[in-house]
Parts: sequence; C-alpha cells; structure tokens
Amino acid sequence: MSLSEGMKHQFYLNVNQEERSVVISPSDILLSVLREQLGLTGSKPGCYNGDCGACTIDINGTPIKSCLMLAIEAIDKNITTIEGLKDTPIQKSFVEHFAFQCGYCTPGFIMNCNALIQKHPNASDEVIEEWLESNICRCTGYKEIEEAVKSVLHSNK
Amino acid sequence: MIPFNFEYYKPSSIHEAVQLFQRLDTEEKQPIYYSGGTEIISLARINILYTKAIIDIKSIPECNVLHLEKDQLVLGACLPLTEIEESNFYPLLTKTIQEIADRTARNKITIGGNICGQIFYREAILPFLISNSQVVIAGIHGIKTMPIQQVFHQHLHLKKGEFLVQMITEKADLHLPFISIKKRQQWDTGYPLITVTAAKKPSSSFIENSSNQSLTNYERIQIAFSGLNPFPYRSEEIERDLNQQHLSLEQKVDLATSHLPEPILDDFEGSAQYRKFVMKNTLQHVLSTLEVQ
Ligand code: FES
Ligand code: FES
Repeated sequence: MSLSEGMKHQFYLNVNQEERSVVISPSDILLSVLREQLGLTGSKPGCYNGDCGACTIDINGTPIKSCLMLAIEAIDKNITTIEGLKDTPIQKSFVEHFAFQCGYCTPGFIMNCNALIQKHPNASDEVIEEWLESNICRCTGYKEIEEAVKSVLHSNK
Repeated sequence: MIPFNFEYYKPSSIHEAVQLFQRLDTEEKQPIYYSGGTEIISLARINILYTKAIIDIKSIPECNVLHLEKDQLVLGACLPLTEIEESNFYPLLTKTIQEIADRTARNKITIGGNICGQIFYREAILPFLISNSQVVIAGIHGIKTMPIQQVFHQHLHLKKGEFLVQMITEKADLHLPFISIKKRQQWDTGYPLITVTAAKKPSSSFIENSSNQSLTNYERIQIAFSGLNPFPYRSEEIERDLNQQHLSLEQKVDLATSHLPEPILDDFEGSAQYRKFVMKNTLQHVLSTLEVQ
C-alpha cells in the first residue's frame, strides 16, 4: 500500500460492525477521524499524548489509545468505540456502582474494562490493576471503577 | 493532530522496504521507518520530528516472528510489548518491559520501536545487553546478524536506510536468576530515576596462586542500566567492579559508583546527586538479592 502526501484518499473503516467511508490523509490520527468524520464523539481527547486513556477504543479485541494510532493503520481492523457497546455488563455495572462523576474518562475506562473482561474473565487483582493503570480519572473515582469491574468479573466466576 | 502531511508506504518484504527507503531518500523525503509509531506520532505532533514519508514495516513477516527455536529465542522488531510479555519466553525481558509506559500503550509500542526510539530510557534493550543477544539488521546490502556489543553503544547504530528486524537470544540465557528494578520519584507512574536489570551467570576463570593455576567456578553478575544517564548501557568496568570476589558488598558498590559514566541526568525527575544516591542503594539491593538467589 502507498499513499501520497498532501492528498486525501477514500477508505473504508470497519467501525462498530459497519463499513464506514472516510476520506483521510496519511497523517490523520484515528481519534480525530472517528470524532470529526464519523461523528463518534464518545472517544474523548484528553492529552493526545498516550497518557490519559480517555481516547481508548478496541481494535480486534485489544484496547488501544486512538490518539497514538494513524487512521490508516486501522484499515482492515475491527474497530469498536463506546458507541458500539450496547447494554454490556460493564456499562450496567458503572451505573450501578456510580463509577463516574463528570464522565469524561468513562468511555475510555469502559472500553479498557470491557476488553479486560473479554480477555481475562478471571482476572486477578494484580491484572486488573495493571490494565486500569492505563486510564486517568480527574474526578478520582477509582474506588467505584474498581468495584464496577470487579463486580462483573466476580459474577463470571 | 500532526501539523504536517506525509506519504505512507506499507511494504510487505524487507527488500521492498529498503528499496523504498533508498528511493524516498534520493527524493529528499527524509523517510523514516515506522513500527508501533507511538513515539513518532507524539514527537511529530509537537513538531520535534519531521518527515515527508513513512515506511510502515508491520507487514514484513520477519518483523513479526515470535518463536523459541531449539537454541534461540527470536523476536521480531514489530511485536507489541504486551505480546512478548504474554509469551513470557524470557522472564527478565517480561519483567523489564512490563514497567514501560502503561498496559494499553504497550499494546501499540513495539520492541523495535522502544529500542530504536529517541527517548532516553529505552529499557527494552537492557535484557538483550546482558544476555549478549544478536541483532538482525536489514539494509540495502542485505541482512546481517551482529553481536549487540558491536552495534549498540548508547543507541543502536544503524546506517542510513537500515532497520532493526529481529533480536536473537540464546536459550541458555533466558532463565538465569535475575532482578529488574525500576525506581521512580514516587508511586508507580512517571518516568524512571533508574532502571537496573541484572542476571547471574555461571562462569569459570583461572585463578593464580603462588604455586599453580586453578579453574574456579563462580557466578558472574551481568548488569545494565537506564535512566541514570541519557542513554541505556552495560559497562564492562562497572561489571568488573561488582564481580570482584575479594571485596565486600559495600566496597563493590562504592567502586562501581565511582565509575559511572557521564553525564548523569539532572532534571525535574531527580537531580544528578539524588540519582547517584538512588543508584548506590539500588546496587546494594541488586547484589544482596542476587547473592541470596
Ligand atoms: S487522548 Fe489519548 S491517551 Fe490521552
Ligand atoms: S469521572 Fe470525571 S474524569 Fe473520571
């Protein structure tokens, strides 16, 4: 594959199980394309530097910070954003455990927690901590977030 | 948002990648190889890095190899750190890279990207330095495999157009007793003050006494550092100091800390003096832990 500089190219991205057409330059960041072209504003821009995790999405079952990925790298991958999750156990659990305050970090946390639950349904405390360290909550709702994810994991047992 | 545009290429073979590099370089496009891309995106965003062409090497099969052969572990440069952690063929490497960035970022950061990056720390190189690994490098003249000591001095010395393809480590070095410590200013987040990785390897040497020479078996400490200086390294001199069998632990550490290379980092993470202090304590901890193991 090759794409020339300064030109926009049309591609299809598989987002939330739909083929979505996008017109992108090679230097476009995936987070910006999702938000600005596809109107999927659930993934939040925070630091744009890979530090906060607010932009976390799911690529082929793996959480990825969409500010650290070129849109062009996502071609032929299955992208899931927070808009693609419907009534999942972790979403319900966040509500039940009051695991958000302002809610800005919530989509990123939920995408990360959801991937964790899929990959490690019996995750140990150590694994939970290691995964969730990737996200920052300025409202410091960590305790409730931990309770929310543990409640889903423990109901799996 | 990256404030400039570039061309994007995704070759599927080593040959195609190096040919592309040569052509784009002739066209003065300042091409760069791209693997995980996290550092390239971060630096491009703040205008510290500029290019007119990116060559994404993630589709090159050799760069994605992860296998334990009869005698060797082969790791492709484009493997994400978390994939290497999960395979856990080399526990010292797993322990060391688990401390880089955070779990989600490590799904994108690749082993080659960390080793070849501009960031001072590049901790992923440390286990390869102490295990005397081999480095596979591709360039316009073909593929070469070289001992790490010949190509890594503070950073990986790649000629223009070359890129890192694989790291190869002998099976015998994968399961030595080890310790890997990352010391930060506080908590478990942020950049390190110091990272030390060390392993203990069975060795033997001739010891001379008054009448004859005898072969003595001992366990040699192999050790590498990151964070103290603006580059990761393994130092023969420090290793010799720490392996002086006739010295006490304190004497070894004193001797080793008198041979630290310059410059020592002096920034908001920690002053040079503080870093040296932490280094001394960390070395004591490393030696006493390895002695017990
Ligand atoms: S916006 Fe991506 S990690 Fe902060
Ligand atoms: S709920 Fe406000 S940042 Fe987390």
